[in-house]
Amino acid sequence: MHNITPYSSPTYFIYLLILLLPIMIGLYNGKRFRVYETFATIIILITAFFGGNMSQGISLICYILYEMVLVLSYLRYRTKKDSKNDFWVFFWSVILAIIPLVFVKLDPLINNATISLFAFMGISYLTFKSVEMIMEIRDGAIKEVKPWKFIRFLLFFPTITSGPIDRFRRFQKDVLKAPSREDYVKLLKSGTNRLMLGFLYKFIIGYVFGTLLLPKVSDLALSYQHQAPLGLSWWVVAYMYVYSMYLFFDFAGYSLFAVAISNFLGVKTPMNFNKPFKSHNIKDFWNRWHMTLSFWFRDFIYMRLMFFMMKKKLVKNRVTMANLGYLTLFLIMGFWHGETWFYIVYGLFHAGAMITNDAWLRFKKRHKKSIPSNKFTECFAIFLTFNIVCFSLLIFSGFLNTLWFS
Amino acid sequence: MDVKAGIIAILKDFTGLDDIGSDPDENLFADGVLDSMATVEVLVAMQDKFDIQVPVSEFDRNQWNTVNKMVDRVGELEEA
Repeated sequence: MHNITPYSSPTYFIYLLILLLPIMIGLYNGKRFRVYETFATIIILITAFFGGNMSQGISLICYILYEMVLVLSYLRYRTKKDSKNDFWVFFWSVILAIIPLVFVKLDPLINNATISLFAFMGISYLTFKSVEMIMEIRDGAIKEVKPWKFIRFLLFFPTITSGPIDRFRRFQKDVLKAPSREDYVKLLKSGTNRLMLGFLYKFIIGYVFGTLLLPKVSDLALSYQHQAPLGLSWWVVAYMYVYSMYLFFDFAGYSLFAVAISNFLGVKTPMNFNKPFKSHNIKDFWNRWHMTLSFWFRDFIYMRLMFFMMKKKLVKNRVTMANLGYLTLFLIMGFWHGETWFYIVYGLFHAGAMITNDAWLRFKKRHKKSIPSNKFTECFAIFLTFNIVCFSLLIFSGFLNTLWFS
Repeated sequence: MDVKAGIIAILKDFTGLDDIGSDPDENLFADGVLDSMATVEVLVAMQDKFDIQVPVSEFDRNQWNTVNKMVDRVGELEEA
């Protein structure tokens, strides 16, 4: 036995749908079978986390209990009658919430010994959810959390390993009731479409790019390494496009599965991708690519940081303030991906792209009349954005690291 | 002070667009009229002008995306 990664093979879906069938019949008839839902959750979690050695599963349980105690304690502090809403209580609650994740991320830097308290697949995504809750509890937007509500939100199995990242209050709206027959039929339809599209993306297109083409292009790029400056032969360019396509179709396919299975359970998990390669600029791209992650960063890091800086009048110039925000956001995103030079550079590259993009938008606003805007400029904008994005994903892939340092 | 005129004045200030508010149902986020930075500026300005508190958590884009909706939200928060 070993751990089974959700959605990793077509057969997984057959077993999954059989397991979910009673829930779907219930929802079709306007009922939510809570006991059976819990049972199905436990089965999926056992296959995903307790299949091999038990360490992932035990980590998951300890992590959930740890975060639950933390979030509920903070809630208790905030809902006390004369709660002072002290900044430092909030600050340390967030730090404590992210510490398990920080340890997991730092672990690869340390030889031999492990400092991770809880390591399991998907810890990042659960941490995003916990931090979201703490922030909204601070704002008084979340006023009540029952332990089982917390557990159900974090352990919602369709999205547990890799998102999309839902929000607590949105999620509660869906799970506290059963949808009407009409709504549920719509969800079944959209879910089925998404499932089919997901198959096409992940198991066909993603497979062609990732499993068939990528290793070949990689070998060619490595074999032509010594005939080009810095090893950057045309095959590296080919690698860049193939990898970008693979990454998109694989992850968008996975995300479609997660949303589809959520829909079958009567939950409208938000979508992760919205035609990202049609973006007109980098800002537009981040509103279309891994949306639940970028919106999380936007709402819980960027906007809050801007708010804080503006109220405390830390920085006078609004352009400087916005740029500092981008740097902070994308550096954190880089570090979150992992502690390697190429993730950090990827973050800095995107911060730079956003800053440049903003400067261009300001320039364009000032010179509205003298800058042409037509079908051709639009196509050029999409082409340019696409190539900048693909280049950033080449950095992200770590292939340059293989090329230059190993 | 008329809330709607106040909001339009704030939006003009931060976007630099003179025709803003001509269609009070225009989606301000869809066409990039407001980005995150401008949104925060507008929120802070509204807090000062109307003496209301808008926590970032309560800022749901779908509830604040047009001039008319902003007028409604500010009205609600003023009463609260």
